[in-house]
Amino acid sequence: MASHSHHTDEFAHSGEIPKPQTRVIWKTFFILCGLTAIEFAFAFMMEPGSLRNAIFIGLTLFKAFYIVAEFMHLKHETKGLIWAVLVPTVLLIWLLVALLVEGTFYGESVFNYFD
Amino acid sequence: MSQTTTFEQPNTGTWDGGNEPFKVSYGKLMMWFFLLSDTFTFGAFLTTYGLARHRHRAYEGTADAFTFSTEWWPIPDKVFNAFPGFHGVDWPLAFVALMTMILILSSVTMVLAVEAGHRMDKNDVQKWLLWTILFGSMFLGCQAWEWSHFIAGTEEGMKLADGSVIHGANLIVNQYGPPLFADLFFFITGFHGTHVFSGVVLLIMIFINTVNGVYHRRGHYEMVEKVGLYWHFVDLVWVFVFTFFYLV
Repeated sequence: MASHSHHTDEFAHSGEIPKPQTRVIWKTFFILCGLTAIEFAFAFMMEPGSLRNAIFIGLTLFKAFYIVAEFMHLKHETKGLIWAVLVPTVLLIWLLVALLVEGTFYGESVFNYFD
Repeated sequence: MSQTTTFEQPNTGTWDGGNEPFKVSYGKLMMWFFLLSDTFTFGAFLTTYGLARHRHRAYEGTADAFTFSTEWWPIPDKVFNAFPGFHGVDWPLAFVALMTMILILSSVTMVLAVEAGHRMDKNDVQKWLLWTILFGSMFLGCQAWEWSHFIAGTEEGMKLADGSVIHGANLIVNQYGPPLFADLFFFITGFHGTHVFSGVVLLIMIFINTVNGVYHRRGHYEMVEKVGLYWHFVDLVWVFVFTFFYLV
């Protein structure tokens, strides 16, 4: 939290400790557990295929959002920091997808050339 | 003499360090950028996994008729189906589900420690850091079991064409499928496990500092936040490893 140095001063010397604020933390925990449970449901109740993989990746990105936004507190940082982290990550995901798609195509055309 | 006085001047101008555009300290900002660079490393691992998997055939028959073969990439449910204490029982992905839960729980106790740090509540910080260390160590123990089971293999093993049987896995050959399957298992989960181990070491260090009152005297628990960022990142990586290695 960016402003911790300010609001800690208020009670650092008074000796009184405020009550914990943990509602959001536990809510995030239950969301993460729920998403994991849904992933397992799909793993056992759905035939493997690209649709199931797309569902898995979508749910994973949801989980990643909650971990980064709430646990790592990025949602509450300045806009500049959010973009500084998000833009390279999005470019990286683009790179990964490009490498996978092009690499698979390249692999198939080169290795299958002599078959 | 004039030089020393220049050094003692606080930098308050906008362009000489008196400005914090991101409203976070140097250490926290660098932790974010370190984690970003770590993302590249794990991204490279997962890309390699994806490419290696595409280069091998997918298993096409029914799940019940599945057998281990170097001809195709194994179905993860069939490889990771053991649970400690339940020898020979088929519980697909149950143990890895437990590991996931332990790691998510450790993330929650970590964020509770950070929250307690904001309130300057030394006792709560200690309590939640201890829980986090406990869950982190539990995860490492689970991974050690997972690895030893993967290396030792099952009694059936994989029958080769010449009649010999392979049990377990190493970097050259394994009973579950193509050699690259075990190689990538060792490298990806091993690299993640090393991160967890480093995290536990960092947690023990800040726990000792907290007990000694270092952060209380300093007036803030920002070090707990920085280690917390690292710890959540390790959890984040596991979320992706779990999806791409065990589910897809």
